[in-house]
Amino acid sequence: MASDTSKQQGRPGPEMGHRPPLLSVRELGVALQTRGGNLQLTQNISFEVGAGERVGIVGESGCGKTVTGLALLRLLPARSMQVSGKILLDGTDLLRLPGRQMRAIRGRQVAMIFQEPMSALDPVFTIGQQIGEAIRAHFPVGAREARERAVDVLDRVGIPLPQRRHDEYPHQLSGGMRQRAMIAIALACQPRLLIADEPTTALDVTIQAQIIELLVKLSSEAGTALLFITHDLGVVAETCERVLTMYAGQVVEDAPVEDVLVRPRHPYTSALMRSLPNLSVPKSVLPSIPGRVPNALAMPAGCRFAPRCAHARPACGRAQDALPVGADHRVRCARFDELELPGTAA
Amino acid sequence: MNRRWRMLGERLSQVIPVIVLATIIVFGLLQLVPGDPAMTLAGEQATDERIAEIRHLYGFDKPFLVQYGTWLGHAAQGDLSRSLLSGERVVTLIGQSFPHTLTIVVLALLISLLVGVPLGILAAMRAHTRADTAISALSSVGVAIPNFWLAMILVTYFALGLGWLPATGATPLGESVVGSLRHAILPALALAAGGIAELTRQLRSALLEVLSSQYMRTLRAKGLSETAMICKHGLKNVGVNLLTVIGLLFNRLLGATVVVEAVFAIPGMGSLIVRAAINKDFPVVQGVVLSMVLVVVATNLLIDMLYSVLDPRVK
Repeated sequence: MASDTSKQQGRPGPEMGHRPPLLSVRELGVALQTRGGNLQLTQNISFEVGAGERVGIVGESGCGKTVTGLALLRLLPARSMQVSGKILLDGTDLLRLPGRQMRAIRGRQVAMIFQEPMSALDPVFTIGQQIGEAIRAHFPVGAREARERAVDVLDRVGIPLPQRRHDEYPHQLSGGMRQRAMIAIALACQPRLLIADEPTTALDVTIQAQIIELLVKLSSEAGTALLFITHDLGVVAETCERVLTMYAGQVVEDAPVEDVLVRPRHPYTSALMRSLPNLSVPKSVLPSIPGRVPNALAMPAGCRFAPRCAHARPACGRAQDALPVGADHRVRCARFDELELPGTAA
Repeated sequence: MNRRWRMLGERLSQVIPVIVLATIIVFGLLQLVPGDPAMTLAGEQATDERIAEIRHLYGFDKPFLVQYGTWLGHAAQGDLSRSLLSGERVVTLIGQSFPHTLTIVVLALLISLLVGVPLGILAAMRAHTRADTAISALSSVGVAIPNFWLAMILVTYFALGLGWLPATGATPLGESVVGSLRHAILPALALAAGGIAELTRQLRSALLEVLSSQYMRTLRAKGLSETAMICKHGLKNVGVNLLTVIGLLFNRLLGATVVVEAVFAIPGMGSLIVRAAINKDFPVVQGVVLSMVLVVVATNLLIDMLYSVLDPRVK
C-alpha cells in the first residue's frame, strides 16, 4: 500500500515513517431524519482503503452499502440525511470541508459510478460533453484539449470509434457502452479512488464480466483504488483484495479476500458464500438464509444477525463489537473463535 | 436536417384539417346568431324585396355548405371579403389591427420569460425555504389576479396618477418604436402577471424533478457546481417543458388580449372582433378567427420543430 506514494501530492503523515491510508472511514453513520425522530440507517462503519487497493463491500439490498458509498462523496440529500463520524482522505475530514473544497475532491480525487448507466447519464448532452465538463471542472483546459482528453479516455475504456462516440448521445449507445462511458467520465480526471456502486447489476452477464475486467485493468494500470459495492460475492472474489461484509447497517466482517473465502469468521459471511450458485454442481438445492433483514425501526439489541443465525446463543443478545481476528481481519461476532464456518464450496 | 423537413411536411398535413374544422365551427356558429344580417344591412325601413335582394347579393340565401365553400375558396386566395359595416377589405382591417396585438403579446411574453425564468430557477434552487414559499405565494396571486383589474390598477397609478405612460391608444411599431413600446408596456404588464406566475410554477416543478434525477447525482459526483448543474443541465433538460409552456402561454395571451385591449382602447384584433361580433359583421369575425387559428397553428408548429433541437431523443 505504500508503493506509489511519491506521485501523490501528499501532506506528510502525522507520524514519521508511517503513512496514513488513502481513505480512512471512522465510525461513519447515516441517519434518516423523519418526523418521528432519526432513523439510523448505518452505524459504526469503520474501514480503510489503501492507495491502489481494491476493496469490496457486499451485503443484501438495504444493508446500507449504497448509502455508505454516497455518504463518502457527500452525495446524500443534506436536508433529510445526517452523516456522522469521519471520512478522512489523506487525513482531511471530508465531512468538515466547505462546499467549494468538497467539489474540488469530487471527480478529481474520488469519483463514483452508478448502477443504471442510462439514468445516470444526462440524456440531452453528448457523451463527450459530459466527459469534457468533468475535465474542465478540475483542469484549466480549453474546449479543444478537453475534447482530445475525452476521446483519449473513451479509447482507454475500450469504446470503439471514440471520435464518433464522443458526439453521440447516451440513448444511441448500448447498455455496456453506456457503462463504459460512465467509467470514462469517472476516470477522466484520474481520481485516486473510484467508488463503483453495483456497476454491473443492470447489465447482461457477458457484459458484466467485461466491465469488471475493465475496472480491474484500469485500476491496476493507473493505481486507482477501487471501492466496489455489490451484492455479488463472486464478483468481489474476482476483483478485490479485501472485502467488507455489511449487514443491517453495520460492517460485520472486514478481511482479506483469500482469508475470508477459505475461512469466514462471521456466520452471515459464511451464509452468503454458501448461497452463491455453483454451476459445477447441477440441480443442487441452493441454500438460502432463513428469515429477513431486520427493520431499521426495530433493530435487535444485540447481534443484528442473531435472529437468523444458526449459531446464536443467549450471549448474542449483547451488543457486538468488531473484534480482531488477525492483524487485518476483524469480525463482529462474539463466537468467532468457537465456530468453524464453511467458506465457498470446493 | 432532411429528417426535420420531412417532419415539417407531416405536421403541416395534420394542421390543415384543424384549420378547416375551426373555420367551419365559427361559420356555423355565426348562422346560429339571432338576427338576420341582411335585415341589418338593408336598414329599418327596407321592404321585403329589398331584404331579399340583399340576401341574394351577399349569398345569404344559399345553403350553408355553399356559403362556406365560397368563403373558403376566396380565403385560400387571400381574399377575406369585405366588412359589411365599413366596406373595407377584411385583410386590410386585420393588417392594421394585428401588429398592435402582436406587439402587446410578444412584449408580455418577453416580460414573462425575463421575470418568470429567474424566479423559477431561484424557487427550485431554494426549494422549501422561505424564498421559495414567498415566490409560490406571489405566483398564486399572479395567477388569481384578473388581468382587466390589474390593467385598470396600472392605468390608475402609472398613467393617470404618475403620468409616466399613456393611458390609452397605440402607436404602430413602424411609426415610432419608442412610442409603440410606451403604449404597449402597461397592457403587456397586465397580461404578463399571469404568464410570470405560470412560468415560475412550471419551471420550478420541472427543475425540481430534474434535480432529483440520477444524472444530477452524477453531475454532482463529477464536481460540478450547483449553478452549472441547474443553469446548464437543468435548463436544457426542462427545455421541452418550458417550450410547451411558452407555446401555450403565447396562445393564451392572444386570447386574453381581447379584454386588455378594451381597457386600454387599443385598436387590435380584440377590439376588431368584439366590434364586428356586436354588429354581426360576419366576414370580419370569420377573418379574425381564421387568422388567429393560423397564428396558433404556426406557433404550435414552431414549438414542435424546436423540440427536436432541444431533445436529441425526439425523432
